[in-house]
Amino acid sequence: MKIVLQDLTKTFPGRSKKEPSEVVAVDHFNFEIPDGKLIGLLGPSGCGKSTTLNLLCGLLSPTDGRILFGDEDVTALPPERRGVGMVFQNYALYPHLTVRQNILFPLQNLKGKDKLTKSAMNERAKTAARLVQIEELMERRPAELSGGQQQRVAIARALVKMPRVLLLDEPLSNLDARLRLQTREEIRRIQQETKITTVFVTHDQDEAMSISDLIVVMCKGVVQQIGKPQDVYDDPANLFVAKFLGTPPINVFSGKVCSEQLLIGENAVLTVPDVPDQEVLVGIRPEGFIPTPDGPLCCTFEGVEVMGRDISVVSNHVNSENASIRSIITAETPIDTTAKTIRFSLKPSKVFLFEKESGKRIRFPKAE
Amino acid sequence: MEKKSFKAWLYLLPAILFLGFFLVYPLIDVFIYSFEEGYNSASQTYYGIGWYNYSYVLHDPYFLQAIKNTFLLVIITVPLSTLLALLISAALSSIKPLRRAFQTIYFLPYVTNTLAVGLVFMILFKKTPYTDGLINLMLAWFGAGPVDFIDGPYWAKMFVLCFYTIWVVMPFKILILTGALASVDQSYYNAARVDGTSRFRIFMRITLPMISPMIFYLVITGFIGAFKAYSDAVALFGTNLNAAGMNTIVGYVYDMLYGEGGGYPSYASAAAILLFIIVLTITCINLLVSRRKVYYGKANN
Repeated sequence: MKIVLQDLTKTFPGRSKKEPSEVVAVDHFNFEIPDGKLIGLLGPSGCGKSTTLNLLCGLLSPTDGRILFGDEDVTALPPERRGVGMVFQNYALYPHLTVRQNILFPLQNLKGKDKLTKSAMNERAKTAARLVQIEELMERRPAELSGGQQQRVAIARALVKMPRVLLLDEPLSNLDARLRLQTREEIRRIQQETKITTVFVTHDQDEAMSISDLIVVMCKGVVQQIGKPQDVYDDPANLFVAKFLGTPPINVFSGKVCSEQLLIGENAVLTVPDVPDQEVLVGIRPEGFIPTPDGPLCCTFEGVEVMGRDISVVSNHVNSENASIRSIITAETPIDTTAKTIRFSLKPSKVFLFEKESGKRIRFPKAE
Repeated sequence: MEKKSFKAWLYLLPAILFLGFFLVYPLIDVFIYSFEEGYNSASQTYYGIGWYNYSYVLHDPYFLQAIKNTFLLVIITVPLSTLLALLISAALSSIKPLRRAFQTIYFLPYVTNTLAVGLVFMILFKKTPYTDGLINLMLAWFGAGPVDFIDGPYWAKMFVLCFYTIWVVMPFKILILTGALASVDQSYYNAARVDGTSRFRIFMRITLPMISPMIFYLVITGFIGAFKAYSDAVALFGTNLNAAGMNTIVGYVYDMLYGEGGGYPSYASAAAILLFIIVLTITCINLLVSRRKVYYGKANN
């Protein structure tokens, strides 16, 4: 099921007389979610991603704009008539019911022509349980399950009524690191098996990058960029997106462009054709640094962190906006750990320029 | 290990002493009194030990009337007041404007003196040579004849007593239940709504089980409270409850001790022990039932 969001806007009224201004949680969101894809809504806390999800499932109604599932306008439909399955952040499993009863719960709500026989319900519940691999836990209560198992039950409960759209609110945030990795693969597998258009919300860029077909980066209610995870990473639309994606985060320097030369401090580090002279912010991905004895960028050397396959060189520069510069290089590269300074040359494809005030991207043709 | 348990007992000592003096000792004392036949409080002597006090009490028509009244009161008021409180608190939690105002209004009876409320009820229900009372006035609009609720037929008096009791015990129940309702996590309701659950089913399948421990608590304390009813009856029908035929078990105990025909601590003790046995039995039954019906979070079965 394709989902279309047209100018979707949600404002909340001011909370009190002290702060009477209304809060725009989602600001003119336009997006067409292709059928059968897994979409990650990504952004820091308070960026409007959960609000967007609640608008999709109908728990909130938009101030303005429209939502279409396929060709059907569902903007005014209550949640139960939209055919959405929702997995809540805390799973919201009914604690007094067994896993089986939890999964059956949505089916028992069906009325009229949709009403199922007992055996059909059990069959559906069993199929859903098999899909998320919890068949042997059916008679337990939620309190007797681990976090990961509860998560699976919540997904089974959302899937059992065969929704047109599956929505996941921070699906992995309550799990420990190892389980998180495992569960996100699981979500990917389930989504691909069922081919249900799925939207999930996360503030963890790793999570979004690793399993989404498309990611939507949001900030303060405004969509910053939409695209395939790798494309967004390689070609960020603005400074916010560049900073938000990637671990370790991108290194930002203040610099300036002077007759098509990019200067960081006194070092002319890169030729940037067709860019007018101006003050800029320079974002360099950690993997964009190449230690070279006569490289143009000279940094004070602070240390090395070994991370197995790669090593992370920690250095600093007066023009760095970050507390320190982190660059990732392969472990084979020899590094003189006694040196006071380290020189880098840069990979042009990993260097991004942004306007100083607005943070907008300044593009320049890249010669590899 | 030895030392640890010694410490534990030391910490428990104040509570044990206190409870021992003021609860266990009187209980045992009452128990002994109830078997001392022909006890004379002036000379502190008695004739013998046996079941006579119980036999006397159980054959006393006033006691039998008190038992009947008390049971009727319990059976009518506990379920009705709990149900009404549940409905009112559910309604209260689903409205936003004026919720606080309504909560205050519903809580007012709780902070009002029993006897003062009784007076108001007298004015509402009592028939005097001058007026039939407000309720009778309203009954007359529907063509129903005046009923003397205070000195009239038994059912009318019982009705007033139950009405009064329900009205008095409701505020506390509403308070507890609105608190319980507010503590149910909103995400359960959201999940149920997304799944298209009807409001009735949400209430029956989610809300009720979630607040069942509180309901159960109210039912148990309600039973105990209603079994111990006394002041309500006095407020409505005056101190001579036997004459009004509206005595309760506690009222009977009191009358046996200090009433006009009183001065029989042995009979009073026997009646008190009987009441104790009744309350204990009912509470045990309640507990047994609850074990199957009440959800206490976590896995308890």
